[in-house]
Amino acid sequence: MFEIVSTEELGPRIKRFEIKAPLVARKIKPGQFIMLRIDDNGERIPLTMVDHDAEAGTVTIIFEEVGKTTIQLGKLKTGDELLDFIGPLGAYHDMTGGEHGRVIGVGGGIGNAPLLPKVSEFHEQGLEVTGIIGARSKEILILEDEIKAACDTLHICTDDGSHGHHGFVSDVLKQLLDESTDYDFVLAIGPPIMMKVCRDLVKPYGVPCYVSLNTIMVDGTGMCGSCRVSVGDEVKFACVDGPEMRGEEIDFEEMMARQRRYVDEEQCALERYLKEVGE
Amino acid sequence: MTEEERKRRKREGLQLLEKISMPEQEPEVRARNFKEVPHGYTAEMAVEEAWRCIQCKNSPCVQGCPVEIDIPAFIRAIQEENFQESVDVIKRTNALPAVCGRVCPQEEQCEKLCVRGKKGMPVAIGRLERFAADWEAEQGEAKVPETAPPNGHKVAVIGCGPGGMTCAGDLALLGYEVHVYEAFHASGGVLRYGIPEFRLPKDIVDRETHYLEQLGVHFHYNMVIGNVWTLEEMREEEGFEAFYIGTGAGLPWFMKIEGENLNGVYSANEFLTRANLMRAYDPDNYDTPTWVGENTAVVGGGNVAMDSARTALRLGAENVYIVYRRSWEQMPARDEEMEHAREEGVDFRLLQNPIAILGDEKGWVKGVKCIKMELGEPDASGRRRPVPIEGSEFVLDIDCFIVAIGNGPNPLLPDATPELKVNKWGNITADEIGRTSIPGVFAGGDIVTGAATVIEAMGAGKIAARGIHDYLDGDMSETDWPAFE
Repeated sequence: MFEIVSTEELGPRIKRFEIKAPLVARKIKPGQFIMLRIDDNGERIPLTMVDHDAEAGTVTIIFEEVGKTTIQLGKLKTGDELLDFIGPLGAYHDMTGGEHGRVIGVGGGIGNAPLLPKVSEFHEQGLEVTGIIGARSKEILILEDEIKAACDTLHICTDDGSHGHHGFVSDVLKQLLDESTDYDFVLAIGPPIMMKVCRDLVKPYGVPCYVSLNTIMVDGTGMCGSCRVSVGDEVKFACVDGPEMRGEEIDFEEMMARQRRYVDEEQCALERYLKEVGE
Repeated sequence: MTEEERKRRKREGLQLLEKISMPEQEPEVRARNFKEVPHGYTAEMAVEEAWRCIQCKNSPCVQGCPVEIDIPAFIRAIQEENFQESVDVIKRTNALPAVCGRVCPQEEQCEKLCVRGKKGMPVAIGRLERFAADWEAEQGEAKVPETAPPNGHKVAVIGCGPGGMTCAGDLALLGYEVHVYEAFHASGGVLRYGIPEFRLPKDIVDRETHYLEQLGVHFHYNMVIGNVWTLEEMREEEGFEAFYIGTGAGLPWFMKIEGENLNGVYSANEFLTRANLMRAYDPDNYDTPTWVGENTAVVGGGNVAMDSARTALRLGAENVYIVYRRSWEQMPARDEEMEHAREEGVDFRLLQNPIAILGDEKGWVKGVKCIKMELGEPDASGRRRPVPIEGSEFVLDIDCFIVAIGNGPNPLLPDATPELKVNKWGNITADEIGRTSIPGVFAGGDIVTGAATVIEAMGAGKIAARGIHDYLDGDMSETDWPAFE
């Protein structure tokens, strides 16, 4: 069993949990993920690590309550336990070593959570980090202060203009690249459509673009292939080859279609659960 | 039993040329439920079948058993209705009798060599093994044999499949402190995620796991060895002196044809893991979703293809096809599985091969383009090579496609262990007793041989347990360890 040692509400339906998992905390690196299962009837869901404390033996995750499992997860309190917590999973990519020593990190929505440990790492490695983070509106923009602390410059965008630039992260990204292309890479993490737009936008500038894929997984260890994506002529598994990978040749249309595989079944599970708990 | 009765039984047994048949659910009923298909022998049936065994001198059957069960002795005990003794004999060398009695290909092993098979059918060794194991389960808590006193050595088994469980059981009996590490949240490996409930009920896997716990084996779940700990860390920090790696064949192969990433295309691993490990067949109680088409095609001819097809039927598919590029005789699946699938209504489309999966505008499968095949000259495997018939392409209307053409080795542990030598396919290199390129590290089963059977993995686990015993407590020294080029 894995104890929840702290919980915090970051925004409407967005929560941060610290989980006691010493063996995972000792090894997990930015960009890697865990899978968790709440109870014996539950599904396994992947979540990218947001923070970890090897000494305290804790791993931090952030999730948005969108489906049955995340809503159920959100109801748990400090001191409650998760049945399973598996990790570290996924490949760790060392992205440093470029010639410019400058990078751009782009985060959208809940994607700001996995972006945080990445930009923090870049910052610690002495890279000049420009951050661009966005959300639909100010109240659901998460981790602004934490990300700001890891960035030399931070640009904020909201779709509704309630905070920072009124518009999309891609608008700011384009401006920056128009000014200079002397960046080692752009790392974009967020909803698939945001990553696709960023990838398409970056491509003509010749700057490498990394993304982090949040595909559907069952085991997370390479065993089922549910998370497979087309990358050029190859098929890659997000769970073992990623979740971070070079974005240039990813077939995002296919990936987005694949994300809709269980929409109906997930809706049924959610309705059944809400009925069970009387909501 | 009187001597007279023995004589009568023996005489009657000799006259029976066929196996006593095992009762099973009717095909039309079972094709829509997940309950186990065969019911197993009653005690009367088992005794009657046991008397078909003539207790021949050479016992060729034993040579056919990868885990060296004393087959004549356990059958003899059933003849005498000493069922507990029968189980005890089996368990001396096999920690998983209820599993083996169900999923071993006995027709290729013990039963193939049975002298009764020369004229008529061989003795139903598998069914008798199953009977003995199930009989014990019905008596309540299983009897735990005495283990050797603790010898102070600590061994790690990585991967809780049939090979790892066998190795762990054998070492525990010898007095070792054994810890089994499993990446999933449950024991059994392929017995849990791969083989369906209707062929191997999961409470049997639980029961065999419990038995090993009683032998003193420690189980640790959610442990992705390689990522959580390297072998070196386990040696230095946890004090392990030897390792058995049985991480299996866990990386699904795809066909590399057009349309394979459409919605509605599964690897058999994904389809079966959802249904078996995650119990998606029971959506009222379990959260993991699954989906099956009205018209589902499974490509492949092995046991996994049969399991996928039969699972698809049970999940509600109207029509289930097995598309296989060779003919019925060449299918690698067990005859029993093929027969069961056919009885349940699986439609075998033989000598056909998928060449492209067709999708609709929303990215879902709507058909599969196949080409007809004919058999040509024998290939390297000795089977006649299937050759496409030019111009014979056609489209089969389907909305779900399951790829069951095999698995490669899971790369997680080898990737994290650079000193561990692997071959060009990624299988761990090991000698005949399981020794790898790292002293003290043994490996066996699918991760070494490529995808094979449950019992072969168990045999490898048993051989490695003997090797580990020899290494830690016997004559083998570090300098005897073979060098790997």
